[in-house]
Amino acid sequence: MTDSLELAGEKAAAVPDTTGTRAATIADRFFRNPVLGPLSALILAVIGFSIFTQNFLSVDNTSLILQQSVVVGTLALGQTVIILTGGIDLANGAIMVLGTLVVAKMASGNHGLQVPALLIGFVVCAVLGLISGLIVSRLGLPPFIVTLGLLTILTSVSRLYTKQTVLVDDGPLTWLSKGGYLFGQFQITFGVVLVLLSVAALHFALTRTAWGRHVYAVGNNDLAAKRTGINVSRVLLSVYVLAGLLYALAAWQAFGRSPATSPNAYPTANLDTITAVVIGGTSLFGGRGTVLGSYLGALIVLVLQSGLTQAGIDPLYQNIVTGVLVIAAVALDSITRKKAR
Amino acid sequence: MNEIVLEARNIVKRYGHVTAVAGADFDLRAGEVLAVIGDNGAGKSSLIKVLSGDVVADAGEVLLEGQPVHFRSPHDAQKAGIETVYQDLAMAPALDIATNLFLGREIRRKGPLGSFLRMLDVKEMRSQSRRQMDELGITTLQSITQPVDSLSGGQRQTVAVARAAAFGRKVVIMDEPTAALGVRESRGVLDLIKRITGTGIPVVLISHDIPAVFEVADRIHIHRLGRRAAVVRPSDHTMNEVVGIMTGALPPPDPSEKVVPA
Repeated sequence: MTDSLELAGEKAAAVPDTTGTRAATIADRFFRNPVLGPLSALILAVIGFSIFTQNFLSVDNTSLILQQSVVVGTLALGQTVIILTGGIDLANGAIMVLGTLVVAKMASGNHGLQVPALLIGFVVCAVLGLISGLIVSRLGLPPFIVTLGLLTILTSVSRLYTKQTVLVDDGPLTWLSKGGYLFGQFQITFGVVLVLLSVAALHFALTRTAWGRHVYAVGNNDLAAKRTGINVSRVLLSVYVLAGLLYALAAWQAFGRSPATSPNAYPTANLDTITAVVIGGTSLFGGRGTVLGSYLGALIVLVLQSGLTQAGIDPLYQNIVTGVLVIAAVALDSITRKKAR
Repeated sequence: MNEIVLEARNIVKRYGHVTAVAGADFDLRAGEVLAVIGDNGAGKSSLIKVLSGDVVADAGEVLLEGQPVHFRSPHDAQKAGIETVYQDLAMAPALDIATNLFLGREIRRKGPLGSFLRMLDVKEMRSQSRRQMDELGITTLQSITQPVDSLSGGQRQTVAVARAAAFGRKVVIMDEPTAALGVRESRGVLDLIKRITGTGIPVVLISHDIPAVFEVADRIHIHRLGRRAAVVRPSDHTMNEVVGIMTGALPPPDPSEKVVPA
């Protein structure tokens, strides 16, 4: 036994311990920070487009990109927490659209009903999240299939519910785009502030609370999570309900973008959010990633679209670029995961 | 003679038509390393799973410090002070060492930050983790904030054992802790086991590694055909005799009850 202790001492001495030093820790943390990748991609794209196009960095354009980010950005937050648990949500756009329809129909023509209608919208979206959460956590069915089914059902339900475009009046529902803060010429709407606050709140919950660590643990290794005493099924349920609430928030944001709502709106929201999440550095295998990265991912897609449009490139190429980016991001994730093994 | 900490009487566990455990007894005494050995299929894993709450026995009783206990889940056993190190380690690889140590038992900040915002006391958890590593004399880990997937197999095993030792107030159970490790790493884990019993917590060691068992165990529980065939002291028998009892080539020696730790 003493012999082995000596061996251990030898081994420790042979590898000089530099990680304890302060400089090493800070550098380490910086390079290990998962937001670094998407953030540098965003900065590079912004620099690139501002060199090669005339108006990209103009006050109007940057303010517009931020405003465009609110709906997909908020939906992507819900998508992120679900993907962190190793799941995926194909129904998020459909849940949000049904939410907007319910709210719009209730509030149409009656100004005073806008706030109660919005609250009902939150309930509807949370219940839909609860349903997929219950099926995933209690029956143990794969989230891909569950949410694909829910997507199909909800698309029909929305069209049965209303076939027309429903308009809402200006009021609390459209408030998110009607006001904001002006920094010189640069406008930041309440919607943008709200999406930033949502990112911050969720980031806090995921990194600074036990719930957040349990979300990561469940996505990392659900058996391990269970054995350490974590109630895996309750964590999953909470994640799907939270995602539903975030989709309702996205519905509110959507009214800010446009007072007209229809069952055909946001047909590709689910894929757009998965794109944002993946580009933002979150692993589709679960357990790794950040909500901040997902929001940056949503911004990257918008920056590319805006920049390529300004450069006069056919919009079809924008989708090709986005697609390539998604595959590259997943490949990067897969490679780093293999290295970690 | 040390008092019995964990005891099981007449445990029966069936899986369909297969009776994995057929009226097995078990006892673990304070401060000892009790090795549990047995051929594949002898039912030792099932017996251990009953003790750690992973499965519920069909019959028989489990007593912890003389009191009957009924574990429905590993969580129940953990609450009672029994920690298990699983063969597949039960860790979240993307999270760091300190986070894994406190997974499911996080410490919240004091005051409103903790009670309203439910904020974690990361500093406290890290310093306690560091202290735990120091107490167990673990020197092979560089930093407590390293993610677990950056660790070698032996280091991961070390973390898993440290976690069990930190929270296992009464019993630590280890299922094949050295099976996936190299010689030097195995040695580190065996040393760790001795250090845990040095703090007074008894360890149940399930292992196929007979030389390792002979090195660390105070007593050896030999499981055969769903029952306890014998309990022997490594000093009284050779490895060949023990393997003989385990496989049925030799008859079991004197009644188990007489064999107590030295």
